[in-house]
Amino acid sequence: MSVMFILIGCSFLMAVGFLIAFIWSVKSGQMEDDYTPSVRILYDDFERESSAQNKQENKEEININK
Amino acid sequence: MNLKTTKPANITTCFHCGDECNTVLHYDEHAFCCVGCKNVYELLSNNNLCSYYSIENTPGKTQINPVLPQAFDYLLDEKVEKKLLLYKDNSLAKVTFFIPAMHCSSCIWLLEHLYKINSGILQTKVNFLKKELMITFNPSLASLKDVVVMLSSIGYEPAIRLNDIEKSTKKEENKKLFYQIGVAGFCFGNIMLISFPEYFGLDSITKGTFSKLFGWLNLVLSLPVFFYSAQDYFKTAWVGIKKRFVNIEIPLALGILTMFVRSTYEVVTGNGIGWFDTLAGLVFFLLIGKWLQQRTFETLSFERDYKSYFPVAVTLIKGNEEIAVPVTSLEIGDRIKIRNNELIPADAILLNGDAQIDFSFVTGESVLVNKVLGEIVYAGGRQKGTTIELEICKKVSQSYLTQLWNNEAFSKPKASAILGFQQKVSKYFTIVLLLVATLSAVWWLVFDVSLALNAFTAVLIIACPCALALSSPFALGTAMQILGKNKFYVKSTAIVEYISHINTIVFDKTGTLTLPSSATIQFEGKPLSDYSKQIIASMVAQSIHPLSQKIKNHLQIKKPLTVTSFNEIAGKGIEGRVDGVAVKIGSSDFVGIDNSKTTKTKIFVSIDNQYIGFFEIGHTFRKGLRNVINELKQANYTQYLLSGDTEKDSDAMLKYFDTKEKLFFNQSPSDKLNFIEKLQLNFSKVMMIGDGLNDAGALKKANIGISVTEDTSHFSPASDVIMDASVFEKLPAILRFTKNTRSVIHASFVLSLLYNLVGLSYAVQGTLSPLIAAILMPISSVSVIIFTTLVTTYCAKKGGLQ
Repeated sequence: MSVMFILIGCSFLMAVGFLIAFIWSVKSGQMEDDYTPSVRILYDDFERESSAQNKQENKEEININK
Repeated sequence: MNLKTTKPANITTCFHCGDECNTVLHYDEHAFCCVGCKNVYELLSNNNLCSYYSIENTPGKTQINPVLPQAFDYLLDEKVEKKLLLYKDNSLAKVTFFIPAMHCSSCIWLLEHLYKINSGILQTKVNFLKKELMITFNPSLASLKDVVVMLSSIGYEPAIRLNDIEKSTKKEENKKLFYQIGVAGFCFGNIMLISFPEYFGLDSITKGTFSKLFGWLNLVLSLPVFFYSAQDYFKTAWVGIKKRFVNIEIPLALGILTMFVRSTYEVVTGNGIGWFDTLAGLVFFLLIGKWLQQRTFETLSFERDYKSYFPVAVTLIKGNEEIAVPVTSLEIGDRIKIRNNELIPADAILLNGDAQIDFSFVTGESVLVNKVLGEIVYAGGRQKGTTIELEICKKVSQSYLTQLWNNEAFSKPKASAILGFQQKVSKYFTIVLLLVATLSAVWWLVFDVSLALNAFTAVLIIACPCALALSSPFALGTAMQILGKNKFYVKSTAIVEYISHINTIVFDKTGTLTLPSSATIQFEGKPLSDYSKQIIASMVAQSIHPLSQKIKNHLQIKKPLTVTSFNEIAGKGIEGRVDGVAVKIGSSDFVGIDNSKTTKTKIFVSIDNQYIGFFEIGHTFRKGLRNVINELKQANYTQYLLSGDTEKDSDAMLKYFDTKEKLFFNQSPSDKLNFIEKLQLNFSKVMMIGDGLNDAGALKKANIGISVTEDTSHFSPASDVIMDASVFEKLPAILRFTKNTRSVIHASFVLSLLYNLVGLSYAVQGTLSPLIAAILMPISSVSVIIFTTLVTTYCAKKGGLQ
C-alpha cells in the first residue's frame, strides 16, 4: 500500500501544474478578451500565402533584371 | 451581420467603403467614391497591406470628410500626452485608444499590422469587443500625434475625450477573484479526493495508516482557501460588525471560521479528519456565485457623463493665430473655431458663419437647429456644414447643460432606497442562527457538558447560509444574462432586483417614445405629379443638408434632371432651375409664403414661382407604444411624461396617456432631476427612461435609470440600464420577468431553509458527523443553483423573452 504515497504525490504535482497554468492564463490576460484571439488565429495562413506571393514576385523581378 | 441588398449593376460602389459613388475615381483598377478612400487604399497597397480588402468586402468607412492633422495638435502638449500614455521612457511608450470605427475582422487585421505602415510603431493589439487598440511605439521615431494622425488617415480615428485625460487609474480587482476561484477549486478537488476513503469507511481496511496523513494534508490544503480565497468574506463581515450592520457575510464568515478552527483542532489532537472538504467546497461555490454577480457587460459603459462626449481640445483664435487648447482652459470671452462635425464645448455666442447645430445627443431631436449671428449656442451641439466662429460666454463646467453635473446627485453614490431580499433576510437569519446555537449549547451544558461545544460549533457550521448566499447571485445572474440576450443590458445583478420594486415610470419624449431618425415626411398641398416629384428630387439631390437628404430619400427618384444656376442659401433654402423652370425650396419667407405659427418642421416648395405646398416632418412614435403604455397601466404603474420640448405634441401624446396632468413640457435638464426627486419624496420608486444628455440628471436621480439607444456602441448617458431601442415593445414583459425572478429567489430561500432545518436537527442533538455535512452541503448548494437557474430561464421563456 505504500505505493499510495507516490501516487498521491504524483496526482498532487499534476494538480499543481494545472493550477499554475490557470494562474498564468489569468495573468497573461486570457480572461479579458475571449473574442479577438479567435479572429487573429485565422490570419496565420493568410500571411504565409501573401508572403509566399511576394517572394514569387520578387523572384520574377530578379529574373527580369537578369 | 448586415446583409446588403444587391445593388443594380449600373451603380458603382466604392472599393474601400462600399458606398454608392456619386463621382467615380479610378485607381489600380478599383473604383473609389472620394479622394479620402482612394488615399487609404493607396497607403495600404504601398505597404503591402491589401489583404485588408480580401478578408471582408469593402471594410472601410467613407473618408468623404477627412480630419485635418492640425486637429490633433493638442496631443503635442506634454500634459495631455502624459495623461494619455500608460507608460513612457525614451524608446518605448504605450497607449490604449478607443476606436469606434472598428467593426470587422479586416479591422482587426489591419490594426494589428500598423507596424508595416509606420516603423515607429512596435506592436499593436486589438480588443475587439471593447473596441480598444493597445499601441506600443517608439516615441523617438513617432510622436503620439503621429500615431493618431496615422490612425485617422486610414479611417480609424481614435475617440479621445475629455474624461480620457481626467480619469484615474484602472482597477485590477477582477483578476484577484479569478485567482481566488482557481486556488479554491484546486484545494477543493484535492481535499475531496483525499477525503473519499473516509466517506466509504476504507480506513478500516488500511488500519488507519492513511487517516492521519490525510488529515494533515487536508489541513495544509485548506490553508490557502482559508487565508487567501475566503479573505474577502472576513473583511466584509468585519466592516459590517464595525458599522453595526448585519450582512450575509457575518454568518458566512462565522461558519467558515468555526469549521476551520474545529477541524484543525480535530486533526491536531487526532480526533478525526475534520470538515475541510465542506469548507473548501463552500468557499468555492460562494466565489463562483460572486463571480456571476460581478460579471457585467464590459463592452458597455454605464458611467458616461458629458466628459466622455466632449473633445479634449478646441481651436482657439488668438489674434491671427489658431492654436489648439484643452477645452478645460477656455475662458469667458475666448474666440473659438468649430469645424464641420466638431462639438461646441461651452455655451457661446455665434460670431461668424452658418450654424446648423445637431443637438441629437442632448435632446434626442435629430432635426438640425439653425442659429443666427449673435444668438447663444448651447454646449453639446455638433456643427454640421461650414466652419463657424464663436465667443465663449460660460465656462465648460458652468454651461447650461454641464452645470447639471454640479448637482449633488452626481457627486454622491446612488443610495438606493431599495434593499435586496438577501440583505433584508440576512439580518434576521443571523440573529436566529446565533440564538439557536447558544440555546443548544446551554441545553447541553445542563445535560451533557461533553457535547456542548460540539453542538454549538455544529450549528454554526451547518447553518452557514451558503444556499441563501447562492440563490440571489445565481437567480439574478441568470436573469441578467437573459435580459442581455434581449438587448436590455443592466449594470449589475442588483439592478434586476431593484427593477422589480419599481412603481412609477417616467418617460422622456424625443428619442425615447419617438424615433430620433426616421421622421415621417408628408406632402401637404396639391398632389405632386411625377414630373414635379422629379424636379424636387433633382433639386434636393444637389444639397447635403439633412432635410434635403430626407426629402430625397422620401421621393426616391432615380433619374435626376439637370439643374442649372443652383444656389444654396444657408439657413433659408435652395433655389435653381430644373429643365429651365425656376424652383425654390426652403423656409416660408424664402419661398414667399405667409406662414402662420409652425408647430412642426415644414419645408415649402414653389415651382415656376407658384407655391405648390410644403413637406411636413413629424415624429414617428415607436412601434407598439400604445400597447406598452396600456400594459404598464394595467400592471398598476404610474406613468409620467417629461419633455424638454414645447407643448406642440401634447395632443398626440394625450392619445397615449390618459390625463394631461401627467404630461410635462418645457422641462429643462434640472427640472427633470427635481421632478424625480419630488416623486421620490412621495415614496415612489421611480424608473426614468430617457436617451439624451438632458435626461442625465433624471436618470442619475431615479431609482432606476434606463437609457434608450439605437446603437449600443454609441454614446449613452450614465444609467443603470442600457436598452436597445428595438426592444422597447418588450418593456412590460421585462418588468414582469424581474418580478418573477424575485419570486424565484423567495422560493429558493425556502428550499435552502429546508436543508438547514434537516442539518440543524442533527446539529442541535450533537450528532452531526462530518460525513452528513459533506453530503448535505454540496447537495443543498447544487440543488439551489440548479433550481434558480432552471426556473428563471423557464420564467423568461414563458414571459416571451428569448
